[in-house]
Amino acid sequence: MSQGIVSIAYIGATIMFILALGGLSNPETSRRGNLYGILGMTMALLATIIGIVSDHYIILFGGLLIGGSIGMVLARKVAMTQMPELVAILHSLVGLAAVLVGFANFLDHGNVLSGIDKTIHDVETYLGILIGALTFSGSVIAFLKLSARISGKPLILPGKHWLNLTLLIGAVLLAFSFVNGSAHGGGTLALVLMTIISLGFGVHMVMAIGGADMPVVVSMLNSYSGWAAAATGFMLNNDLLIVVGALVGSSGAILSYIMCRAMNRRFLSVIAGGFGTSGGETAAGAEGEEGEIIAVEAVEVAEMLLDSKEIMIIPGYGMAVAQAQHIVNDITRKLRDKKINVRFGIHPVAGRMPGHMNVLLAEAKVPYDIVFELDEINGDFPDVDVSIVIGANDIVNPAAQEVPNSPIAGMPVLECWKGKTTIVLKRSMATGYAGVSNPLFYKENTRMLFGDAKESLSEVLKNLG
Amino acid sequence: MRIGVPKEMHEGERRVATTPEVAVLLRKLGFEVSVESGAGSEAKFTDAAYEAAGVTIVTDVKKLYSDSDIILKVRAPEKKTRSRRNEIKLLNADQTLISFIQPGQNTELMQELSAQKVTVLAMDSIPRISRAQKMDALSSMANIAGYRAVVEAAQHFGRFFTGQITAAGKIPPAKVLVIGAGVAGLSAIGAARSMGAIVRAFDTRPEVKEQVESMDGEFLMLDFADEDGSGEGGYAKVMSDEFIKAEMALFAEQAKEVDIIITTALIPGRPAPELITEAMVESMKEGSVIVDLAAEMGGNCKLTEADKVVIKHGVTIIGYTDLPSRLATQASQLYATNLRHLLTDLTPEKDGNIVVNMEDEIIRGATVIKNGEITWPPPAPKLSAAPAKKKAVPVVEKVEVKKSVWSVLLPFIIGSIALLGLGSVAPPAFMSHFTVFVLACFVGYMVIWNVTPSLHTPLMSVTNAISSIIIIGALLQISSDRGLIVFLAGISILLTSINIFGGFAVTQRMLSMFRK
Repeated sequence: MSQGIVSIAYIGATIMFILALGGLSNPETSRRGNLYGILGMTMALLATIIGIVSDHYIILFGGLLIGGSIGMVLARKVAMTQMPELVAILHSLVGLAAVLVGFANFLDHGNVLSGIDKTIHDVETYLGILIGALTFSGSVIAFLKLSARISGKPLILPGKHWLNLTLLIGAVLLAFSFVNGSAHGGGTLALVLMTIISLGFGVHMVMAIGGADMPVVVSMLNSYSGWAAAATGFMLNNDLLIVVGALVGSSGAILSYIMCRAMNRRFLSVIAGGFGTSGGETAAGAEGEEGEIIAVEAVEVAEMLLDSKEIMIIPGYGMAVAQAQHIVNDITRKLRDKKINVRFGIHPVAGRMPGHMNVLLAEAKVPYDIVFELDEINGDFPDVDVSIVIGANDIVNPAAQEVPNSPIAGMPVLECWKGKTTIVLKRSMATGYAGVSNPLFYKENTRMLFGDAKESLSEVLKNLG
Repeated sequence: MRIGVPKEMHEGERRVATTPEVAVLLRKLGFEVSVESGAGSEAKFTDAAYEAAGVTIVTDVKKLYSDSDIILKVRAPEKKTRSRRNEIKLLNADQTLISFIQPGQNTELMQELSAQKVTVLAMDSIPRISRAQKMDALSSMANIAGYRAVVEAAQHFGRFFTGQITAAGKIPPAKVLVIGAGVAGLSAIGAARSMGAIVRAFDTRPEVKEQVESMDGEFLMLDFADEDGSGEGGYAKVMSDEFIKAEMALFAEQAKEVDIIITTALIPGRPAPELITEAMVESMKEGSVIVDLAAEMGGNCKLTEADKVVIKHGVTIIGYTDLPSRLATQASQLYATNLRHLLTDLTPEKDGNIVVNMEDEIIRGATVIKNGEITWPPPAPKLSAAPAKKKAVPVVEKVEVKKSVWSVLLPFIIGSIALLGLGSVAPPAFMSHFTVFVLACFVGYMVIWNVTPSLHTPLMSVTNAISSIIIIGALLQISSDRGLIVFLAGISILLTSINIFGGFAVTQRMLSMFRK
C-alpha cells in the first residue's frame, strides 16, 4: 500500500477522533461518538499494519490479542466506583509505552540525521521519554492513592519546591548532555538518568497532592498522556500521533482547568500540593463557636421526604465509597412515583475524577435529565424543601462564602442551606479532605443522619412505605 | 440519684414535671424516678402509666422529698398551698430543685430557698442561646399559650373564623390582630391562620417580619423612622415616646376593624406595656374578643383582670394566666422534655449523677442558687439568638488588581519571539508538523468545551483510549531487524492494546448506562 493511502487513512482517523470527542457533547450522541473513536482507531491500525509493517507479525498480533483480552476483561469487571483507579492505571500504560517507543527510537539508528534536524529529533525523543516517564510514575502513584493502597494524605517533603527545582534543572542539564552525546553516537547514560529523574519527579508530584485534588491530578495525567503521544509523533514525524496527542492533551488541560475553577484554586497551587496544609488549622479555629448539631433517625428522614415537594440530592465521594447509588435510585423512584420532584445537584469536583458522580448515578439508572450541574441548579435551592447530602462535605460548605480566610474561600459550593431543611448523611463528625470544619452541620435547618450511607438510606427506603 | 416529682400544689395548676414517656428516658440516664401519687392525673397521666414506665409511686409526700436528690417541679415552691403544705420547708440541704423560679420577681422566695441550703436551677433563667433551645421551657410554654389563646378566643367569639359562602348566606372571615410576634404570638398567628382567620401582626422588632410572613400572617408596618425594638437575648425593649404614639394610633385604627385581639407584648423584668386603652376597647365591635397573654404582668389591655374573663363595653376580655396549664397534657410533655434535655446536659457521664458545672454557659445561667448561695443574676450571655446586627461584617471589597498592559502583552511577545526563533532555525518538515500540532490543539480546545460536564468521566476514558494511538509508534518499529527494538515495540503494543480495548469498552459500557 502506498504512503498516500496510509496518509488518507490517517486523515480519516483524525476526523473520526474529532467526531468522537464532539459526540460527547450530549448523552444522546455520545454512544455514536464512541463508535467513531473505535472506527478511527481501527482505520489507523489497519492502515499502519497493512501499509507499513513488514515483519514480526506474530509478536504484533500476539501483543494485540493478549493486551486486547486483558483490556476487555478489565473493562467488563471494573466497578463504576473504581473508574478513577482504572483511568489512572490506563494512563500509566500510555506513559510507559511512550517511554518504550522513545527508547526504541533512540536505539534505532536506521534514519541518519545531522545538524539541526538531529538536534530537534533528539530533543523530541528526550521530551517524549520525559513526559512519558512522568505520566507513568505519576499515574501509578495516583492509582495507588485512589485504590487506597497508599494513604491519600499529601506527603510533604521538606524543601519540596527546591527539590522540584533541582530535578528540573537536572533534567535541562541532562538534555544538553544528551544532545551533545547523541551527536557522537552516545548519550544513553544521560537518557537513562533523565528517565529516572523524571520517574522520581512524577512520584513526588502526585505524592504531594491531597485526596480532594485527585480530580485535578487525574485530568492532568490525562493531559500528559496526550502530550506524550504528541511528542512521540514529532519524534516519528507522524502527524496522526501529533493531532491525536494534541486533542487528548488539550482535553485533559481543559478538564484540569474546569476542576481548578470548581475549587477556586490555581492550577499551580494544586500541583504545588498539600491542600489544607497551609492555614487550614487557623481558619478552622477562627470560625468561632460551633453550635449544636441535631441528629435524626431514618424514620424521621423518611417522614420529612414524604412531606416535601422538592427534593435535592447532593452526592459526594461518600456515596461512592458506600456503594449507595442503587439505593439512592430506589428512593428517587419511590418519591417520584409519589409526584415529588427529586433532582440531583452535582458539584464538578464531587468524587475523585471529573464526572464521577454522573457515571455512578447513570450506573444506578438514574435518568440523566434529573441530574444537574452546580451552575444549573444553585439558584433553585430556596424552593427546595429537603436537600439530602450523601457523603459530601467541602462542596456544601458555607464557609467558602462566609469565612474569607477559609482555605476553601471563594470555591463555588452548592448552597443547600438556603433550602428549608438539609439532611446530611455522614459516618462521623470528621472534617472533609480540605480539613475545614463545616458550619453547615450546625445550621438550624440542618439535620444529621449518622452511619454508613448505604445502611442509613436502606432504612429510609424501608420507611418510605 | 433519685428524682422526685411531687404533685403541683398551686391553685388550678394541672401540669406535671415528668411524663411516663420521659421517665423511661430519665432512667436510661441512670436516674431512679419517684412520682407522688396522683401527680399526673390532671394532665391525664395515671399512676399505672408511670408504674409501667418503671417509676416508683409514693403516697407520702414527706418521704418523696426526703428520699429524692433532685426535685422536679413546674411552679416555684410555695409556702401556702391549697393543702397547707410548705414546699420550701420540705426541701433539705444538698437537694437540687429544678423548676420555674422567676428570681427577678421572687426575691423573698430566693432568700428562703437559700436558707434551705439547696441548689436551684431555674428553667426560666436558661440563657437564650441556640444550643439551649431544646431546654427552653419558656418558649415551649409560650407556644402552648399562643395556641390556647386562639382556642379561648374562638370559644368566646360568636362566629366562624373562616369565611364561607353557604346557602344560608355569606360569612365574612374573622380578623385577628396579634400584638407581639414572639413565640406565643407566632403560635397564635399559626393557629388562627389555620382556622381560616385573616391574621395581622405587629411587633416593635422589624426582624420578625419574615417570621410573621412565614406563618402566613400579614405584618403591619409602622410609618416611622426605623427604630429597632430588639433588646438583649432577642427580647423586646422599651421604645421611645414618639414610637409608642405612632404605635397607639395604629392599634386604635385596627381596633375598629378587627374582631379578635391577642396581645403578647412583654418586656423582661418590667410591667407589661399598656397597648389597648379603654377607648380602643369601646371602639371595638360588639362581641369582639381580647385575649391578654400579658395578664400576669399587669396586662396589655387596661381593662384586663388577671385570671378572669370579663365583658366590658360588649368586648370579652380574657385574662387567664394559666393558659399552658389549660392544655396540661401537651404542656407537661414539652416541659418534661425540656427538663430531660437539661438533665442530659447535667449528667455528662450518663451515670445518674448530676454535675453542676458552672463553666457551662447554660448550666451557669440556669443555676440561681448553688448550695444555698445565690448566684443570680448570671453574667450576660455571650451570644444572643439573633445575630448581632451592629457588628456588620465589613464588606470585603474585591480589589481587582488591574493587570497592566505589559503583563498581558509580555507572554505574547516572549511567545512570538520564541516561535520566530524556532521558525528561523527549524527545518520546513518540523514546521509543518508544528502547524498541525497548533491547529490540533485549537480544534481540541473548541471541541472539548462543548462536552457536557456529566460526560467528563467517559471523556477521560475515551481520550485515554485514543491516546493509545501511540501504538502507531510501536508498529512503525516492530519490523526492525534489531531484537531489542522489536522486544520494546512488542511490549508497547501489548500495553497500548490493553488501553485501546479496555478504554473503548469501558467507555461504551458507561455510555450505555446514561439514559433518560
